[in-house]
Amino acid sequence: MRDLKRGFRNLVGAMALGAAALGMATPAQAAGEAIAIPNANFSFAGFFGTYDRGSAQRGLQVYKEVCSACHAMHLLSYRNLLEIGLSEDQVRALAASFTVTDGPNDLGEMFERPARLSDRFRRPFPNELAARAANNGAYPVDLSVITKARADGANYVRALLTGYVEPPEGFVVAEGMNYNAYFPGHQIAMPAVLNPDQVEYADGTAATVDQMARDVATFLAWAAEPEAEQRKAMGVRIILFLIVLGGLTYAVKRKIWADVAH
Amino acid sequence: MAIGLHDSSIKNPVIRWVDQRLPVFTMMQKEYGTFPTPRNFNYFWNFGALAMVTLMIMIATGIFLAMNYTPHTTYAFDSVERIMRDVNYGWLIRYVHMNGASMFFIVVYIHIWRGLYYGSYKAPRELLWILGVVIFLLMMATAFMGYVLPWGQMSFWGATVITNLFSAFPIVGEHIVTWLWGGFSVDNPTLNRFFSLHYLLPFVIAGVVFLHVAALHITGSNNPLGIDPKGPQDTLPFHPYYTAKDSVGLIVYFIVFASLVFFAPNYLGHPDNYIPANPLVTPAHIVPEWYFLPFYAILRAVPDKLGGVLLMFGSIAVLFILPWLDTSPVRSMRFRPIAKWTLFLWLIAFFVLMWAGGKPAEEPYVTISRIATAYYFAYFLVILPLLGRLERPLSLPESIALPVLRGGGPMPAGAVAKPMEKA
Repeated sequence: MRDLKRGFRNLVGAMALGAAALGMATPAQAAGEAIAIPNANFSFAGFFGTYDRGSAQRGLQVYKEVCSACHAMHLLSYRNLLEIGLSEDQVRALAASFTVTDGPNDLGEMFERPARLSDRFRRPFPNELAARAANNGAYPVDLSVITKARADGANYVRALLTGYVEPPEGFVVAEGMNYNAYFPGHQIAMPAVLNPDQVEYADGTAATVDQMARDVATFLAWAAEPEAEQRKAMGVRIILFLIVLGGLTYAVKRKIWADVAH
Repeated sequence: MAIGLHDSSIKNPVIRWVDQRLPVFTMMQKEYGTFPTPRNFNYFWNFGALAMVTLMIMIATGIFLAMNYTPHTTYAFDSVERIMRDVNYGWLIRYVHMNGASMFFIVVYIHIWRGLYYGSYKAPRELLWILGVVIFLLMMATAFMGYVLPWGQMSFWGATVITNLFSAFPIVGEHIVTWLWGGFSVDNPTLNRFFSLHYLLPFVIAGVVFLHVAALHITGSNNPLGIDPKGPQDTLPFHPYYTAKDSVGLIVYFIVFASLVFFAPNYLGHPDNYIPANPLVTPAHIVPEWYFLPFYAILRAVPDKLGGVLLMFGSIAVLFILPWLDTSPVRSMRFRPIAKWTLFLWLIAFFVLMWAGGKPAEEPYVTISRIATAYYFAYFLVILPLLGRLERPLSLPESIALPVLRGGGPMPAGAVAKPMEKA
């Protein structure tokens, strides 16, 4: 039994080394991030969290009516929207409201047609230069994976959208820039775009700035990690399976080693 | 060796027919079945097998990723996201591969540290150790090039910083960098060759792993006591004893691995790598992957660029000559009361370097890095050579099986292992 304990101590020690290595890695990302981001307690946080479909659909509405004027999401197709609980008819109708360029046709000419499920989200600008020209030199970033591309992504997006406050005394905001409490450096080219009742939610939810920010953050989190629900569900099953298998494996090992003094 | 059919002991006529002509089954039976293995391994001896399994996982997932990846600066980033979204279970394959790199380094770092603690690098296992260091170097090169492939901001800027290190060499430096890049900056030719090499090197690693294992099977394994087995009473057949024990470690390892893949797949990555590479925008802090941070800290600890580069390479190179730097004939640190603590201190220095490597290059991190770097080298170049002469080791047990651990716990004697009857 003592040897058993020692064996486990070794195993635990080895794992602790690994855990320490993992722990050491975090400061690398934390470097330079001094602004504390409030936790919005999103439905999709944690081991079992799932995307709140209502919130994601409202977020889509905010993206469509507000953000998409400047921000592309070129990695998404309209068909992906089926995953947040919209019916096929709804998505087809939504896609058809956009016009995309297709072709060339048999005459070698490009033509325009309504978007289909298989089309990528329409981009607001044909290229980066056009986007910059229309936005005072600033480039509205693509939002496809934005919550993966920022530390604590969804919370950051929500904080940023609600972070347009009066600058502190003495803080000089450059011309064409806006003060934001959560943006690194606090000067952001994007103005405060969300105002109360900016959109009219079909489900009657009150469109406060915080509500819209939460909803669009949920939508963007889904857009960045559409696999997250399947991933976590699979992970729970696999880890439960491994724990059972580990127990059995350990029992087998004990039995095999039973006749060995060690 | 006599010419003619191999004298096979295998009963099954079909397998026997093959084995007489190509005795791979006899070989497997000898090397992984009856192979005499010290009976006193602890769970640290799992990590060689874990590394082997991880290499296979990396190659398997990597092959499927390569089927769907496009090595072109315009398409690379999007093709990786396409794998995540539109390839069946592509997210799983990619997250396993991405986190598998981290798990590989965790496993190999523990494996190396096991070797340092139990003196596995000492005679007669010097070449075995050197082959291990070669594998480690190849792993670093492979991981570095793999990190470039998604073509995110850290991919691009990490590649720029690391390849630029070679410019520190006088006269030829700039030419080497241009040659590595295939141009005058990190660009499409760089991405293409890195992809090619990233696919090639794992198979080179597999080849060196074969040599590593072959060398291991000549000298036999070291063990926690660091003394040689004196006879059959000190060893057990590898199967079923260590196949069973390795399996336990493997499942525990898979649980850790799965926790990372399924619940925190991007925890060890940098968010900036989900921003497409942009040569015109430099990230605020360019940091390498976590497993390179100790060496990155050593690099930055030196005010001179060339000096830093040499010291960084030196931190690995010193491992090659370690078998001759440690002058103590005693392998296991269990019997080296002073050396044991100097090694624990070295481990702390390693973690301190890992922490400092992720911080900006400013005070107090630079001074801390310097102290840790100094100790990292002093351990190998000063402490080990001197301690071998100055330290008085504890008396070694007579054999692995005999309960002579003075001051240690009693070990039940007798009970010679008998191989399990296979059902």
